[in-house]
Parts: sequence; C-alpha cells; structure tokens
Amino acid sequence: MGSEFLPYVAIIITIVVAVGIALAILVLNAVLGPKRPSEAKMGPFECGSDVVDTPRKRINVRFYAVAIFFVVFDIEALFLIPIAVAYRDLLQPQHLGVFALFALLLFIGVLAIGLWYVWGKGALDWAFDALTSSAARSDANE
Amino acid sequence: MDWMFMLIALLKVLVVLVVFVLMLGAVLTWVERRMSALIQDRLGPNRAQIGNVRAWGLLHPIADMFKAFTKEDFVPAGANRMLFFLAPAIALASTLACFAVIPFGPGEHFTIAPLDSGMLFIIAIGSFGIYGVALGGWASNNNFGLLGALRGAAQLVSYEVTMGLNLVGVFAVFGTMSLSQLVLGQGELLWGWLPKWGVVVQPVGFVLFLIASMAENKRAPFDLPEGESEIIGYFAEFSAMRFATFFLTEFVEIVLIAAIAATVFFGGWQIPWLDPQGVAGGFITVAQIGFFVFKIIALCWLQMLIRWTLPRFRYDQLMNLGWKVLLPLSLANIVVTAIVLALS
Amino acid sequence: MAEQIVFYILATGVLLGALAVVVPPFARNPLHAAVALLTTFSLMAGLFVMLSAHLLAILQIVVYAGAVMILFVFAIMLLNLRKQDFSPAKITAWKILGAAAAFLIATRIAMVAGAAVSTHTAVDLSLEQYSTFGSVHDVGIALATKYLLPFEITAILLLVAVIGALVVTRRQGGLR
Repeated sequence: MGSEFLPYVAIIITIVVAVGIALAILVLNAVLGPKRPSEAKMGPFECGSDVVDTPRKRINVRFYAVAIFFVVFDIEALFLIPIAVAYRDLLQPQHLGVFALFALLLFIGVLAIGLWYVWGKGALDWAFDALTSSAARSDANE
Repeated sequence: MDWMFMLIALLKVLVVLVVFVLMLGAVLTWVERRMSALIQDRLGPNRAQIGNVRAWGLLHPIADMFKAFTKEDFVPAGANRMLFFLAPAIALASTLACFAVIPFGPGEHFTIAPLDSGMLFIIAIGSFGIYGVALGGWASNNNFGLLGALRGAAQLVSYEVTMGLNLVGVFAVFGTMSLSQLVLGQGELLWGWLPKWGVVVQPVGFVLFLIASMAENKRAPFDLPEGESEIIGYFAEFSAMRFATFFLTEFVEIVLIAAIAATVFFGGWQIPWLDPQGVAGGFITVAQIGFFVFKIIALCWLQMLIRWTLPRFRYDQLMNLGWKVLLPLSLANIVVTAIVLALS
Repeated sequence: MAEQIVFYILATGVLLGALAVVVPPFARNPLHAAVALLTTFSLMAGLFVMLSAHLLAILQIVVYAGAVMILFVFAIMLLNLRKQDFSPAKITAWKILGAAAAFLIATRIAMVAGAAVSTHTAVDLSLEQYSTFGSVHDVGIALATKYLLPFEITAILLLVAVIGALVVTRRQGGLR
C-alpha cells in the first residue's frame, strides 16, 4: 500500500484503541461489580411511583421535522466546505474570478429561502412561542 | 506494511489518549466540583485522603474511579441489553477517536494521523456521539430516558448544523481544512504585530463555534438532555461505570472542544512574536507543545467558567437559539467572509 | 497483497452488515437493524479510502452514518412499532414480484461484475495526474467550475426537500 494510506492506518489504530478503552472499562466493571438484582431495582426509574404507561410510544412528529431540516442543512454545509477550501483559487481569473462569489451567494441564497419558509410556517417554533407567534395564530384561524 | 510505523502510531495513540486526554478528563472532574464549590462559596470535595495527604481533594477522581468500578451495573428489566451496553461505549469511543487528527506540535511526528480533511473527520466521527444519546435513552425502556434521548438527539443535530457551517468561513480564509495546514496558516502576523489567528480573522466564527460546541457537549446552559437537577436524562437508568462512561465522555469532550478551538482559532502550537531561529531546535518544539497544552487548559477553564455562570435554557429557547439565531448568523458569516475575500 | 486482505475484510463487513439489516434474528428489532446499517455505511467509507476518494470517504460517514441514519433512528423511535402493530406475514403477489425483481437484478450485477473482472486493467494511482485525485481542494474546484450547474441545482433540490419535510409533517392537524 502506498504512503498515502498511512494516516488511515493510524486512524484505524486510534479507533481500535478508543473502542478498546471504552469496552475494557465497561467489561471490567461487569467483572468487579456485585450482582444483586431485586424486583424494585430492576423496575423502570419513575421517582418511586409505579409506571403508568410504556416508553414504547409514539413521539411528537416535530422531532422528525428537525431531523430532516438537519439533514438538509448538513448537506448544504458539506457542499460549501470543498468550495470554501478552494475559494481563494476559484477567485483567480483562470477559474471563475468574482463570479465565484455570485455562485456561492446563489447557493446560500436558495437555502436561505428554505430557512425563511420553514421559519415563517412556524416549523421552528416550540411549545411556548407556538402559542404566541403570529404564524400559529393564523393557522388556528384557518 | 511497516511494523515500525504501526508501533510508533500505537505509542502515540496511547500517549495522547491515556496519558493526556483521559488524565486531563479525570482532573477536570475535580476542577468541576472544586470550581463550582468556590463559585458557590462552599469548600467542595476535600475528604479523600491517603495517609495524611489530601491534596485539595485531588484524590477524589481516583476514589470515584474505584467506586464506579466496584458498583453494580444492573440492567433494568425490559431494557435492550445489547444497545444498553453499546451506548456508553459508542459515546466515549467516538469522542476519543477525534483526537487522531489534532496536531500537538510542528511536523507530522506530533499528529497521530495527519489527514488532509482533518476537521471533517472530527465532524464525522463526532456525530457518532448522537447514537450514544439516542440509543442509550431508548434502550433503557424508561419514559424519562426516552424523553432525554429525544431532546438530546434533537439538540445535537440542531447545533451540528451551525458547527459545520461556521467552520466554512475559517476554511475559506485559510484555504485548507487540514488541521496542521490551518495551524501553519496562523503563524503569520497581520500588519506586522497581530497574530493571524482564527479568532482574529473569524471572530464571529469563534463565538458561534464555542456556543455550538458547548451545546454539542450537553453541558449547562445546554444540559437539558441530562437535566441533573430534574433527573430526566437519557442516562437515568445507567449506573456504575456505564454512567461514569457518559460522565467521563463529557469531560473528554471538554478537552476535545478546547483542542479544536486552540487549533483552529488560537494558532495551535504556534507561539506568536517568537522567532524560532533564535532558540535551539529541541527546546522550541517542547515549548510549542507546552504552549498548545497551555491553550487547551485555558480553554477548558473557560468552558468550566461558562458552565457554572449561566443558568439553563428552556427547551424552546434552546431550539430558537440554534435555528433562529446561530444558523442565520453562520450563514451571514459565510456571506461576509466570501465578500471580503473577493474584494481583497 | 495487504491491499486485497483489507479489501476482503471491509467487503465482508459491508455485506454482513447489510444482511443483518434484513435477515430476521438480528433485524427483528428495528434499532438493531439500524446499528447494522450504520456498520455497513461506516465500512463502506473504508472502501472509498482504498479507491483514493478521500473526501468521499469522509462524506460517506458524515452524510450517511451521521445524518441519514439519524433520520432513520428518529423515524424508528417516532413510530415505536411493536409486534402487535404488524399484521402476520403473508405471501402476496407484490412480494413474489419483488423477489423476482431482486433475483433478476442480482444476476445482472453478477454478470456485469464477472465481465469487469475478466477484462480488468489495473490503474496505477501513483501516477502524477492522480496525486491530488479526490482531495478536498480538487473537488471544490471541480464543483464550482465543471459542475457548477448541478451544484446550484442541488441547492434547489435541498429547498424542495425542506418544503417536502414541512408538508409531510404537517399533513394532519399541523405540527402541534
């Protein structure tokens, strides 16, 4: 293998050591610690009261919306990063010149529209301000 | 394959992870308790002693370690055993592995893996920490755990967006995202006297990075996923070393944030206004590594101070800050940086 | 030689992870399947590294392991389906059609792969022109010059995704 792969070998060693440390301390604890299970101990922790409902329930869909927005804006950042690294060279006349700036602004601008849209629709509002924001009120009137 | 290379790499990994990071993390658990005590006009932990030596409570991390190792690591009934075991391991291992690309000194010898896209590697591996939170809370079959896991995961993804975007500005200024190249780029002086550190050319970027990374670390004022005073954290069901692993991860992450901030925004191992020609070769390297470690410790201290100064956010405030303040600001930061670079 | 050993280790891991996503004993719990898929995505990055696609390898982890899988985990936790939520398995016409399609695609892939192996010519990646291949800087230049139009269209695609997310999560009774 060529020398360009050497950093990756070092990274694999790091990951193996890191996972090894994490697993070792957990296993060591399992070996050293006592095992005295009791019914009260094994029950779910609910501040001492009995559990009235299962944690295997459906959750609010807005968490899912946040996850999708995250994927979109994360991918935006990942597209911007190679452009940013090459940006100074792109500004040279033989590549794009000042046009590089406009290319970048157009990309960010389109996504800024997306952010502005979800913001205006109230998808970024959570419990407290959803009750007071104008978007939520106009929704309620519909 | 070169066995010598692998042996040296292993040695470097052990020195960085065990001798430096985990030790500093353990000391930070003491700093945390001692500093909070001093801020709140208490004495803090000072009882652990060997013989007559108390060392201002410095023995407490050692005592804590023995305690965590010898406690019962029970798994609640109905919990998913595999994920319950894996979650803390994922959290700690993914944080530790990020140190592979941090340049501790000049040249390739002081980096475990000098990767071309070092900063992206940290974002990539660091994002595995979300699984520690989400799977850990879900696997414990506990309502509080699930709630903490959901809040935690949503918080982490929200601030990761800002994290990625605000580094774009730094990459554009220095034209690289290799951490060692970034440090070299920060060695110059602006107008002959001001070090060209990331914090100087990207002040907004640094503030955004610090806020976003502290939110990523789930510590006050962003500690809603664990909420230690309300106990609805994703690790509500975790005990003994499983809990201690999550706890330690938090402190390792403080060191990681400090290391990234020192590398990207504070010149890494560069000592400003010092002409390397004037000092003997070996000594200057030691001084540079020492200065880097000093920067890390100073930034750890800064994070501790912020953590014990600010009260916790409410959940809607947290999400508002992430999506309505930090995200637009980081986009604006990119635009301003791009315009300034195009004009100059 | 070492290269081949590493490749086979990675490829085996990728395939085993992918199998664990769909094969019952492991896949019965959707979050176990998610962890298996995570393994597959991560090891796939190793294959990209072996092809000298350094940026792509890291993007593979950031996008698939770090973002898309998070979305899956959220969806699994969101629905929290239990055994009684599933109807008992039945053999339907759709499943037979699906199996046939999978079989046809698999044989087709095997044929293409076989043809590729028999006419295989090695590319020497140590050549001068490949020295910066796949680096962040080169990808950035290519993205903003040769592929500028696709790059800008990607922004529109992402915009559509944002709006789509809003529509999907608001269909009934809004977000509250």
